[in-house]
Amino acid sequence: MTTATEVELARAVRDHAGRLAAALVGLTGDFATAEDLVQDAVEAALTHWPVEGIPERPDAWLFTVARRRGLDLLKRRARYRTKLALLHWPAQPEPDDRLRLLFTCCHPALPRTGQIALTLRAVCGLTTAQVARAFLVTEATVGQRITRAKRKISEAGIPYRIPDPDELAGRLSEVLAVIYLLFNEGYLTTAGTASHDRDLADDAEFLADLLHRLMPTEPEVMGLLALIRLHQARAAARFDAEGRIIPLPAQDRGRWDRDAIEEAGALIARAAAHRRPGPYQLQAAIVACHAEAARWEDTDWPQILVLYTILLCVQPSPVTRLHRAVALRYADGPAAALAELDQLEDALDGYHLYHATRGELLRATGDPDAARAADERALALAANPAEIDLLRERLRWR
Amino acid sequence: MKYVLMFAETEQFAADLAAMDDAERERAYARVGQWFADNREQITRHVHLMPPETATTMRLGGGEPVVTDGPFVEGKEVVSGIAEVDVDDLDAALRLARSWPGCPLVEIRPIAST
Repeated sequence: MTTATEVELARAVRDHAGRLAAALVGLTGDFATAEDLVQDAVEAALTHWPVEGIPERPDAWLFTVARRRGLDLLKRRARYRTKLALLHWPAQPEPDDRLRLLFTCCHPALPRTGQIALTLRAVCGLTTAQVARAFLVTEATVGQRITRAKRKISEAGIPYRIPDPDELAGRLSEVLAVIYLLFNEGYLTTAGTASHDRDLADDAEFLADLLHRLMPTEPEVMGLLALIRLHQARAAARFDAEGRIIPLPAQDRGRWDRDAIEEAGALIARAAAHRRPGPYQLQAAIVACHAEAARWEDTDWPQILVLYTILLCVQPSPVTRLHRAVALRYADGPAAALAELDQLEDALDGYHLYHATRGELLRATGDPDAARAADERALALAANPAEIDLLRERLRWR
Repeated sequence: MKYVLMFAETEQFAADLAAMDDAERERAYARVGQWFADNREQITRHVHLMPPETATTMRLGGGEPVVTDGPFVEGKEVVSGIAEVDVDDLDAALRLARSWPGCPLVEIRPIAST
């Protein structure tokens, strides 16, 4: 269980580690050294702050420790040492520096696991142990991913820069994908026994928010931030006391954070004004339809169906078609949805939600035996413990 | 930094090229020639290799050296040429590779400093 101090500490580190790393890389041009200095400072904070209390200026504290450590470490490299000694912690944050840091960590030449580990570590200030815990892999594995990523940055000549306008779209989508993956992993983890890791979801929200502050006019960034906020706003109602998933129709909507939902809605509207729709904006709009409905019965299914249809044009995928079929069920009835699902069998036969959805539709069309078979197939394929429980429950009762 | 761009051809690419008429093929070659001309400031040298049928591989280290015909990797993708470029960083190398009008695969590797 995390205490209030730990939450506070995590936030302080998250707020400042990335800025610190950015400033140090900007100074040295040496990603690996700067990153090591920050990690030392973060680890010192994790030891000292719970005992001594969080300092009045956490950023200045981290900076002082990193610089002292840097001076110790680099006694032999005289030029660098002189520069470090002259370095003062800027009162004003340097937005471009952190943006550069984020783009470097998410460079497409790095493997996805390396991008994620490095982003969490350099931008969010997580230690190797914390990254390992979040993904339920060993510390050695995470350490290796980080070391390899850092080595590739220096040896392959991955620059510490914000991409030029003509390459920005592709590179930004890489950054958004990393944040989205991080959030999904936190929202519904596929590894281990914990069904819900709030910390990773919080880190994803932090990164999306940071990116939005650094690139305030990018509609897809707004879309991703709104999407994450909307999910977070409903998080309190998603699980029961035993950690089991509560399906959307049964959730206590009184526990949803209405203010956050409203803010996310405003963000989606602002993004839409740019007239550059993209997958994150569309997904956010779909989630907003659910979040804004006062009761399950009030859900605007025709609107959701339209949004899924546009999403399919922008980003065709069988999983999106599956989700669209669910909207189709409520707009046009279960038979229409089943017909759509039949066309997806080849693509999604190995996906548990395909069979779980099919089970529900078959039950709705009055075919309990086929429904049961579909649920059993879904259960055999599911990985998330909360989802497994939900499917077990369904099989027990019907 | 110096990088080598390794251009690899695929079976599909070879088939597409074979299916072109002479004029189309000429235009394809002209685009490649233009690319080398456009980027001559960054390209320090480049070579085009003869097709994989012309390759001979010598296997050493397993007792008696063995000579075989063909490339050392029997694959559907074969390196057909290389270019050495001198650019600031990987992004600059990627930019060059993105505009490459020839075969569909390019591997980019930094040259180890000597």
